Amino acid sequence: MPREVISGTVLDERVTLSVVDICQACGCREEWVLELVDHGVLEPGGSRRDDWRFGVESITRVITARRLHRDLGVNVEGIALTLELLDEVNALRTRIERLSPEED
Amino acid sequence: MEYRDYYKIMGVDRKATQDEIKRSYRKLARKYHPDVSKEKDAEERFKELGEAYAVLKDPESRAAYDELGSNWKAGKDFQPPPDWGAGFEFSGSGFGGDADGRYSDFFESLFGQHARAQGGAARSRQFRSRGDDHHARVLVDLEDAYRGATRAINLRVPMLDENGHVSTRERTLNVKIPKGIRAGQRIRLSGQGSPGYGGGESGDLFLEVAFRQHPRYTVDERDVFMTLPVTPWEATLGATIKVPTPSGAVDLKVPSGSKQGSKLRLKGRGIPSDPPGDFIVELAIALPPAKSDKEKDAYRKMQQAFDFNPRTHLGA
Repeated sequence: MPREVISGTVLDERVTLSVVDICQACGCREEWVLELVDHGVLEPGGSRRDDWRFGVESITRVITARRLHRDLGVNVEGIALTLELLDEVNALRTRIERLSPEED
Repeated sequence: MEYRDYYKIMGVDRKATQDEIKRSYRKLARKYHPDVSKEKDAEERFKELGEAYAVLKDPESRAAYDELGSNWKAGKDFQPPPDWGAGFEFSGSGFGGDADGRYSDFFESLFGQHARAQGGAARSRQFRSRGDDHHARVLVDLEDAYRGATRAINLRVPMLDENGHVSTRERTLNVKIPKGIRAGQRIRLSGQGSPGYGGGESGDLFLEVAFRQHPRYTVDERDVFMTLPVTPWEATLGATIKVPTPSGAVDLKVPSGSKQGSKLRLKGRGIPSDPPGDFIVELAIALPPAKSDKEKDAYRKMQQAFDFNPRTHLGA
């Protein structure tokens, strides 16, 4: 059992990623990322595709999008809608939790 | 090894048609999908469901599973009969979805070899390339974000041997959780993902951080919230109250005229990121119970002293 302690890099909002970084991190193809950008699921900074810079939260979105597609057969329009609704649900859950922290 | 009742997991009768199985799977998959569901055991249920469907959706593997008989009960100790599966042909379109070593031992003992035989060949790569990146979630305490910590993380890693067989291996990593970490952030551990192919470099491991639920505090991004019970006279007259924050107790000045739900902000006492978050106290006025005559008397005195009707806006 290794006892060595590993330190990593925290990816905070100052870190941005290229299309290639996103594909490597999520194990997906560039076309899939392009399609998600086309549908507004991902909103990279930069005007040309070669200069696109993605926020770190894009990793979560790409991975969730892929799982929704693979597991439930949701298409990209459906994924875009689902992710927006999930954002809303999660924001509401956070608020509820704060209003009644003793409840589960 | 425990027997798994795939029909029960799928919520269908043993005599269900393939269409009924498919419909039930789709419905349950939406219900328990870990990205959508907030059921406590969603991830476990979803995995179980995927495994049950992998077997039942394919008439060949379903028939082989049925051959075990209907006398088995879920959870019962199970050994596959020695001649099991003989005479069945697995064309095996069935196991493409998720055969990366995450199925149960029960599944592995019955279908594992067939699943691997199909998955193996396509995966072996001859050319040199970087290993895949991996993702895992790590639960930490809010206090860890204030002080920093080291956490042992157990990971189950699917491994490919030289014959293209998949097996899982447990490994433990001791990871430094840096001070100032927030929920949803990722820690990248270089080279801790899959080994590269043909001498390529290893992939990275991304740990997504989440906080364990705290009995006292809630967290939103960098800010930490707490509900503080106060007496009516503390809120009305003002008071200095000792408040426990994750970074230690502080004296909080409650200004006079504070109301139920008033928020008081302690700047920079939230998560110590750069810039640090705030610690936000929400006042909850607690009504003192009046049991003794003396206490009841105090309420009567208030009744006389105040011309107070909290219902004027109701107009009745």
